Amino acid sequence: MQRKQKLTRNTAYFVPYTLWIVLFVIAPVILLIYQSFFNIDGQFTWANYQTYFTSSTYLMMTVNSVWYAFLITLATLLISYPTAYLLNETKHPQLWLLLIIMPTWINLLLKAYAFIGIFSQAGIANQFLSFIGIGPKQLLFTNFSFVFVAAYIQIPFMVLPIYNAVSELNPSYVNASRDLGATPWQTFSRVIFPLTLPGVKAGIQAVFIPSLSLFMLTRLIGGNKVITLGTAIEEHFLTTMNWGMGSTIGVVLIIAMVIIMWLTGSSKRRPRKGLTK
Amino acid sequence: MKKLISVIIGLLAICALLAFGAHNLQTSSGSNGSKVLNLYTWGDYIDPSLLTKFQKQTGYHVNVETFDSNEAMFTKIKQGGTSYDLTVPSDYMIEKMKAAKLLLPLDKKRLTGMQNYDPRFMNLAFDHHNKYSVPYFWGTLGIIYNDKFVQPGSIQHWNQLWQKKYRNQIMLIDSARDVMGFALASNGQSMNTTNPATLLAARNKLNKLSPNVKAVVADEIKMYMIQNEAAIAVDWSGEASEMLAGNSHLHYVVPSEGSNLWFDNLVIPKTAKHFKAIYAFLNFMSEPKNAAKNAEYIGYATPNQKAKALLPKAIRNDRQFYPDNRTISHLQIYQDLSPELVGLYNDRYLEFKMHH
Repeated sequence: MQRKQKLTRNTAYFVPYTLWIVLFVIAPVILLIYQSFFNIDGQFTWANYQTYFTSSTYLMMTVNSVWYAFLITLATLLISYPTAYLLNETKHPQLWLLLIIMPTWINLLLKAYAFIGIFSQAGIANQFLSFIGIGPKQLLFTNFSFVFVAAYIQIPFMVLPIYNAVSELNPSYVNASRDLGATPWQTFSRVIFPLTLPGVKAGIQAVFIPSLSLFMLTRLIGGNKVITLGTAIEEHFLTTMNWGMGSTIGVVLIIAMVIIMWLTGSSKRRPRKGLTK
Repeated sequence: MKKLISVIIGLLAICALLAFGAHNLQTSSGSNGSKVLNLYTWGDYIDPSLLTKFQKQTGYHVNVETFDSNEAMFTKIKQGGTSYDLTVPSDYMIEKMKAAKLLLPLDKKRLTGMQNYDPRFMNLAFDHHNKYSVPYFWGTLGIIYNDKFVQPGSIQHWNQLWQKKYRNQIMLIDSARDVMGFALASNGQSMNTTNPATLLAARNKLNKLSPNVKAVVADEIKMYMIQNEAAIAVDWSGEASEMLAGNSHLHYVVPSEGSNLWFDNLVIPKTAKHFKAIYAFLNFMSEPKNAAKNAEYIGYATPNQKAKALLPKAIRNDRQFYPDNRTISHLQIYQDLSPELVGLYNDRYLEFKMHH
């Protein structure tokens, strides 16, 4: 009797979670997949997928999306890894971390508009370029500015997991590696980096996946010179009302994300407990 | 067991709260009191002082709710739920709403100011005999240029945008119909073409324009043009009038070979409830004094010819916003196209945007 009651109590805890998952994750995905099999007249069809995989426009767009998501992730990683590592060495890492996270409290749109001001012809960036004698350059609506702003927005999501991994790293491994005669580069590449890899993978997931479907920044900062799948989805749902095609692109994106999760997912050979602190 | 019960009670309480909130929201947005009018319109599309004046005169309180695209408004009206009394769709959307049976015909006997409207803007193809709609504002699609970078008067036609000297200088409004539309007009074709080959030719022509295109953006164009960020933009006259007010170097041109002529008209959606207030409002807005005040505030062209006569001379005679009859005769109103064609326009437009 006692056991049984305990069991029901435990299941009770899962009710809100299960409800949430079913209502807000599973049901929408099923609806999306369902919708993707209908054409604009509401007839069942495979044509949406056929169109997607035979249209050079959509395939180019897919390549574009993946390419830019890759660039954004790479830029974010290159900045975040050293940041997270140095953060761990500072006296008050929590304070610095707070400062890094702070920008996420500000609305994305506001940040995008702020960058419009900074990058515009008369903006601070160009004033600085003129001051050091380079002269004003076209900064807005370039691939560079798009990747820059997207990376700026994503950095906190990369720094956090890497910082967690770095702070869990037991310093005695680093010391041991040095004592045993490893060069700093060897220490980094053979000891530190492999041990913080789970953090890097989590960071890549947190950055790459949202970057795949960025669409607002492509217009505001990229001036629609960068077109990703998000642009097409927005158009199909808001302008052409072709929800079937929009859903199809959504399903393709979900599949792409599953692949990324699978590629960067925690491998079965997890580092043994003892290796981290 | 106790925990289970408390969890269930908690869930029920949340549901009750949500239901209460939803009920509250519904009643607040579609106030059911008898002395109200629920107006569903574009953002900042009516002079607020007129609303106060209307309430003082008639006692009806106007609730204003806004939308930012015809399509969004269409979806919301179609769903019902909120009792919007009046809304302001554009021409092709009136056609679409008519076909979807979302509009109620006007009771002409209760309208008093219809003779104030310019006959050129009445009885148009999208609403014969104005069975459903009262004109509100009209405007055009055209070219805005900055005389700091462009010789004044040197841009008069669409084809001049393709000149090499405007490399990376032009901003376009992010709208499939309008961008494809001006490309079609530059080819001497109808802006409502249903011929796929003609659309393809228009896209190929647009692809050649892409070296000159600095960006394809939306509302931000206003800000950029005012800040001298770009030399040339393609946008609607209403947006242009706001830009011109913010930067004296800007000029607006409607190419005489043809462009889009658009209308935003007041209509009664089938969700309407407060008919006395609706007709009071339509008659109020048709009064020349009120229409003129509204036109001066919004900056769009008024279809009310008696109101136009009341406007300051500088506005009334401004050929940029009140083009002459010859230009008007070349302007085209967008027709409601089939979903397949809308898709085709958008696909070609997307291909142009991809071409960089």
